[in-house]
Amino acid sequence: MSLEIRQQLRRGDFQLHVETCLPARGVTAIFGPSGCGKTTLLRAIAGLEPRVRGRIRLGDATWQDEGHFLPPHERPLGYVFQHAVLFPHLSVRGNLDFAQRRRGDGPGPGFDEVVALAGIGHLLRRDTANLSGGERQRVALARALLTAPRLLLLDEPLAALDRQAKAELMPCLERLHESLSIPVLYVSHAIDEVARLADQLLLLAAGRVVACGPLAEMLTRLDLAPAGSEEALAVIEATVSGRDADFHLTRLAFAGGGEGRELWLPGDSLPTGRRVRLAVHARDVSLTLQPPRQSSILNIIPVRVDALSPSGPAQVMVRLRAADVPLLARVTRKSEAALGLHVGQALFAQVKSVSLVE
Amino acid sequence: MLTDADLSALLITLKLATLTTLILLLIGTPLAWWLARSQWRGKPVIEAVVALPLVLPPTVLGFYLLILLGANGPLGEHSLAFTFSGLVIGSVFYSLPFVVQPLQGAFAAINRGYIEAAATLRASPRDTFFAVVVPLARPGFLTATVLGFAHTVGEFGVVLMIGGNIPGQTQVLSIAIYEHVENLEYAQAHWISGGLLLLSFSLLLVVYGLNRRFRVVGP
Repeated sequence: MSLEIRQQLRRGDFQLHVETCLPARGVTAIFGPSGCGKTTLLRAIAGLEPRVRGRIRLGDATWQDEGHFLPPHERPLGYVFQHAVLFPHLSVRGNLDFAQRRRGDGPGPGFDEVVALAGIGHLLRRDTANLSGGERQRVALARALLTAPRLLLLDEPLAALDRQAKAELMPCLERLHESLSIPVLYVSHAIDEVARLADQLLLLAAGRVVACGPLAEMLTRLDLAPAGSEEALAVIEATVSGRDADFHLTRLAFAGGGEGRELWLPGDSLPTGRRVRLAVHARDVSLTLQPPRQSSILNIIPVRVDALSPSGPAQVMVRLRAADVPLLARVTRKSEAALGLHVGQALFAQVKSVSLVE
Repeated sequence: MLTDADLSALLITLKLATLTTLILLLIGTPLAWWLARSQWRGKPVIEAVVALPLVLPPTVLGFYLLILLGANGPLGEHSLAFTFSGLVIGSVFYSLPFVVQPLQGAFAAINRGYIEAAATLRASPRDTFFAVVVPLARPGFLTATVLGFAHTVGEFGVVLMIGGNIPGQTQVLSIAIYEHVENLEYAQAHWISGGLLLLSFSLLLVVYGLNRRFRVVGP
């Protein structure tokens, strides 16, 4: 199943012109700077921007086409707004019932399942005015899921939250990702959120699609915004392949990494065979021509230079490939000269820090 | 104390005010909703027409209604002048802004986000109106009901013009007072005036009392 989007809107100086076709599975992050049209695009998909022209199809269902505009309440989607928008005249339970009563006949998650997933069982009797920001968003998420949506739209659900509330909501979104097979469009301008949650990335700038594709590729393309940011990072899908009980380390084999490509991570609580996602920041990767014999760094991976691009006056961003898996390293231009870095060169990446993101 | 004529004037007044308020809530709600949401360029014209009874001398409104509803008007022999029905029609026009304006204000104050959220939760516009808009605008409905009722009880000029002063049919309290004073029956005038004063004060006290909790009127 896929989601076909062709949308055009002109509003003052702003122009939205999006033509793309996304696989309708997993989480697709719509990423871009403020004002690039992310939220407008999401609202257009939901039918909340009646002046947008174009076409929207989800699988076989046409939501919008020439002379045809399905009103928002007839589109089987769930929408979580940036500010939750819980109905103030209803309790938490009342808000959930509002959605549950109006869902169609199609299959969807049950009340108890959704309440457990959002972790809001203890809030059901509460008034919505007395909820914290994180609690409000979890109720809003549960409410959206109870409509049994075929597509879930999340508009920066974390943006208005403080650190604590983010830490509460994030695991909830990850459980959602694991346990429900509803495709999700997730609007965000924070690269760390995207790295944790997304499978695909749709990059938007000034109302247009800049690029769209699998997360690992999009994050490491040197011509795109994420690799140009201070927080530039690569993600690696890996499987727990063993552990070192003496030193409390977990061994991770990464998919497509080829023979002998593995990483060690502190801690030994993960079961063997478990699939995990790792984040490696460009600033934590250094390069060396020879594998060091004596080093405190555990993770040293044979790689090949794939591309180079200047990153400020003193530094250069290097895209590497460990077999098929792309990585980023930010090094100084002086080091670039000293190592004679060039495309195709084989060398070793020393990964100072790997973090588990999922 | 009150004469039989006064008692029937009281009943007519209450019947008139209740009926007028009910009709105004039925007409005024969709009108106020439309005024609160419409982007139509001609909207100020409708708003001005709705507000006219606020500034127009009631006798002017009554005069035109008399022409319109009278025997020489388009209704001809089905004339509604000097009937209770005529009174109701006159009162509906006269009290229209007192019902429409609080409702329009209450509707306009509702965050669009709630209406959009309801739509994404599969609520049709009609469903949204009754399940979200009406409960959120409840203070506005309370104000509209109380003001519409109280204002109808207090009208004089329009009623006099279009209803005449037929005891038992179109004589309402405000006109009964006028007649008592004309006949120098000050005791009766006192009773009715005092009663109306108390009623009006109590109604407003209810509005402003609830306003403290719910914000019924004001910015």
